[in-house]
Amino acid sequence: MEKRVTFKGWLLPMLLLLPQVIITAVFFFYPAGQAVWQSLFIPDPFGLSSRFVGLGNFEYLLGDPYYRASFVTTAVFSGLVTLVSMGVALYLAVLADRLIKGSGTYRALLIWPYAVAPAVAGVLWMFMFNTRVGVVAWYLGLLGYDWNHVLNEGEAMGLVVVASAWGRISYNFLFFLAGLQAIPRSVIEAAAIDGARFWTRFRTIVWPLLSPTTFFLLVVNVVYAFFETFGVIHTITSGGPQQATTILVYKVFKDGFVGQDLGGSAAQSVILLVLVGLLTVVQFKFIERRVHY
Amino acid sequence: MRDGMVENRGAGHWFTHIGLTIGVLVIFFPIWLAFVASTVSQPEIVSPPMPLLPGDQFFENYRKALVSGVNAPVALMLANSLVMAVGIAVGKIVISLLSAFAIVYFRFPGRRLFFWLIFLTLMLPVEVRIVPTYEVVASFGMLNSYSGLIFPLIASATATFLFRQFFMTVPDELAEAARVDGARPMRFFWDILLPMSRTNIAALFVILFIYGWNQYLWPLLITTDPSMNTIVMGIKQMFPSGDDVADWPVIMATSILAMLPPVIVVVSMQKLFIRGLVDSEK
Repeated sequence: MEKRVTFKGWLLPMLLLLPQVIITAVFFFYPAGQAVWQSLFIPDPFGLSSRFVGLGNFEYLLGDPYYRASFVTTAVFSGLVTLVSMGVALYLAVLADRLIKGSGTYRALLIWPYAVAPAVAGVLWMFMFNTRVGVVAWYLGLLGYDWNHVLNEGEAMGLVVVASAWGRISYNFLFFLAGLQAIPRSVIEAAAIDGARFWTRFRTIVWPLLSPTTFFLLVVNVVYAFFETFGVIHTITSGGPQQATTILVYKVFKDGFVGQDLGGSAAQSVILLVLVGLLTVVQFKFIERRVHY
Repeated sequence: MRDGMVENRGAGHWFTHIGLTIGVLVIFFPIWLAFVASTVSQPEIVSPPMPLLPGDQFFENYRKALVSGVNAPVALMLANSLVMAVGIAVGKIVISLLSAFAIVYFRFPGRRLFFWLIFLTLMLPVEVRIVPTYEVVASFGMLNSYSGLIFPLIASATATFLFRQFFMTVPDELAEAARVDGARPMRFFWDILLPMSRTNIAALFVILFIYGWNQYLWPLLITTDPSMNTIVMGIKQMFPSGDDVADWPVIMATSILAMLPPVIVVVSMQKLFIRGLVDSEK
């Protein structure tokens, strides 16, 4: 894609680009380069000099059971967040799509939790399930269930998953509803005339036609769960109990800032960088495909 | 035509409404509970179960939060968040408009290189490069400053990419006419391109404002001085370490205040918000 009509000169465009180039160079390329550079060194305990170790940091990381556990934790966490938030959103979107009128009202009521910061969502859910004052924890206690996400690893994971998925339902709902409303009525009515019940229609017509939206949301939600849920985990569990909710991004933070392991943290950054790269490639492949629709 | 045999009537119709209403209520519940907690007194919360209907301490709790807070007055944290969110939104929009204009409307050496360099930044969220970015900001003496809060977060090309896409759809005849009239490039930018981009700019502003307001990790790292805390990261700092009991009514009042501005933006600018969301994911 190129413009046929352009203006002459090269000084002006360079000046126009300058602010973005400077900011990107200083706050993006230099730090990203530093991350790669630092990942090859181990600083001495006094921080005065560092020793070149090549891929030593990576070897150490990949052999570290805690780091490997964090990979599994991240996979479980992002899988569950994606499943829960997309499942609930699809259910609500299918219901809203069945209405002849009024779907706009429900949309208005459902979209605004998107605006609630993950960290604030974390505080809200932590408050409900707080072992001392939480209302939900208290009622669970009445039912004979002793809730304690501070000690129980499964409950901790459950809580951060639900808190992370909660704010995300709005977003998924919006895209699912738009996708559903784009499906031509005539196709669905034709199936109805042929006697297909709601569930059959959904399985054989709606779901396949919705698949571009579903796939797009899948990628976007995994990216969200990877990178934007730090606030939820930091406010609710701080990665605990033990390491049960320490996802990769949380571990970069913990090892780099709390543990002061600069080389190890930088190596983790580089691994994350590769992961983001892969996810982006998947996303672009998909967008290319979508253009053909 | 949305009515036909596919939509159900009678009982089924009501089931649809009931299902949706339950969904809405469940999604609202955490916020309702936070609101209730912000209107009752501390003793009512620490002896569970807390009430499920608002109490009479609304003004007292919010006044206490805004004026004194826990570490810093929440009014101050709100102001910090506002500066950060507006700074990020405006900063990113301005630099992106300029660079997208340069990339689309000029031919100059290295244009493709610049484009790809900027494009690369789409891939890497700040969370991934926090330690080195922190070091850069520290070496500039930008810890505990607004510029430290804002600049690292505008170093990404999402907006540039978006404006580039939009400029490509602007008819060539407009630039042609401007050139024939002898208008200089910046004149064309100000008088034609900018007015045409109004809706895109507004939609992007909504998305970026929410993005900036809701930042957590970055402010957590670089604002060690409580008077520079933003409200979203400041809430967690209000919890006491150790076994002391948290001041729940004040903390919950702060949580409500923290979500209010972005929620107001989304609700009052719903159309722009949806448009911005869809645009920025293209």
